[in-house]
Amino acid sequence: MILVAPLRAIGQTALQILALLGRIVLFAGDVLAAMVRPPFYPREFGHQLLQIGWYSLPVVGLTALFTGGALALQIYSGGARFNAEAVVPSIVAIGMVRELGPVLGGLMVAARVASSIAAEIGTMKVTEQIDALVTLSTDPTRYLVVPRVLAATLAVPVLVGVGDAIGIMGGWMVGVSRLGFNSAGYLANTLDIIEFWDVGSGLVKGAAFGFIVALMGCLHGLNSGRGAQGVGRATKSAVVAASVMILAANYLLTEVFFSA
Amino acid sequence: MIELSGVHKSFGANHVLRGVSLTVPQGESMVIIGGSGTGKSVLLKCVLGLVVPDGGTIKLDGEDVSHAEREAFLARFGMLFQGGALFDSLKVWENVAFRLMRGATKRPKDEARAIAIEKLRRVGLGPQVADHFPAELSGGMQKRVGLARAIAADPEIIFFDEPTTGLDPIMSGVINDLIREIVVEMGATAMTITHDMRSVRAIADRVAMLHEGGIRWSGTVAEMDTTQDPYVTQFVNGLATGPINPVR
Repeated sequence: MILVAPLRAIGQTALQILALLGRIVLFAGDVLAAMVRPPFYPREFGHQLLQIGWYSLPVVGLTALFTGGALALQIYSGGARFNAEAVVPSIVAIGMVRELGPVLGGLMVAARVASSIAAEIGTMKVTEQIDALVTLSTDPTRYLVVPRVLAATLAVPVLVGVGDAIGIMGGWMVGVSRLGFNSAGYLANTLDIIEFWDVGSGLVKGAAFGFIVALMGCLHGLNSGRGAQGVGRATKSAVVAASVMILAANYLLTEVFFSA
Repeated sequence: MIELSGVHKSFGANHVLRGVSLTVPQGESMVIIGGSGTGKSVLLKCVLGLVVPDGGTIKLDGEDVSHAEREAFLARFGMLFQGGALFDSLKVWENVAFRLMRGATKRPKDEARAIAIEKLRRVGLGPQVADHFPAELSGGMQKRVGLARAIAADPEIIFFDEPTTGLDPIMSGVINDLIREIVVEMGATAMTITHDMRSVRAIADRVAMLHEGGIRWSGTVAEMDTTQDPYVTQFVNGLATGPINPVR
């Protein structure tokens, strides 16, 4: 019996993870199907675009600015070990647009948006507002989930694009003011090195991360337990699940886009 | 007419409904009483399809509700939720007119707003309330808005889930009277669940008592007062001793 207990615990955990993955896939399927079938709620979509996209801009912009600056300092001091300080503009640019822009932008949106979606929908669930929607002949998936998922999928790539530019600007500011780079030379170097697909791949990642963030917020909110504790747990689970899935999806997409 | 026959529902090991059979004739106001946690809300939600029963049949005018076209089926209902369940992000009038601005009954915004204001007036709220958000209203006012929303599209059947819970005695009386007036005026079929005996006397044509997952007793209000059923008398008189164990 003593030998079986750990195996049972591993088995139970594995089954729980598989069940969760199954629920996520089925939910995503439902949402995608609802996206192409009327009724549509353009007003809700517009509202979510503002909430998820516009209001996330400050946090994503600040994250990118500081990350770009820190990256420039790190690459400069690391590059100095083999006399390669000149690569700062190139590596800052490629690092930001391919990797740090989408991933850090996605994680910041996960923290800000997945939590707020899960808390809002979870509170609606525990106060019977979701049941009220159904009795008023309104499908909660179409009315609540689709506008959020669609808005996040479209808004996060734009945030990533803006974040890329601000991140490069952060690197440029540090490069010019602290590391002795020539301003025009830094920018010319950046523009020379970046290719279309460097930016494009980051934007595609951003769309995937936006989809994940809103999906996790909605899924955990709709499955929220009772009371304040239930909503709190749903919010925490939404942020954790969104963050882990963003990092996993980032690896998979990088493998697909850039593996030789 | 609503007919429930042998309805069962379990949540895990908790067998809440164990073969509920009940008939609510058209135009009648049925009140279901029973202690907390006896499955009264679950019963209402089973009829609406918000909870799927494990067994038994529920028919509306002879048609099995599980086969009904959802939107047309739900359009016949109005429901007042226990906590109001008003949408926080929408103004009061948008809550009341929610059904009128979407789906098959969609009307122009101005018309929907005018109907909402008329329904608010019917539940004793002035037009100045229309542009407030639900969080700005007292509990009694929220309940009234919930009532206005429930009757906004002139439903044939109205469900009331604990309509007076959390209200002071005067406001409870006001809500009870409103419910009675509206149900009579609209000729609607009503199903109310409550454990407030004042509500029962104000609202009910017939009363049914839910106990241990089944209908223990049913009859008119007058019969309720004279019945010898020890479960009903204990509940109606609020006695701590009797066949119903107060510790559940």
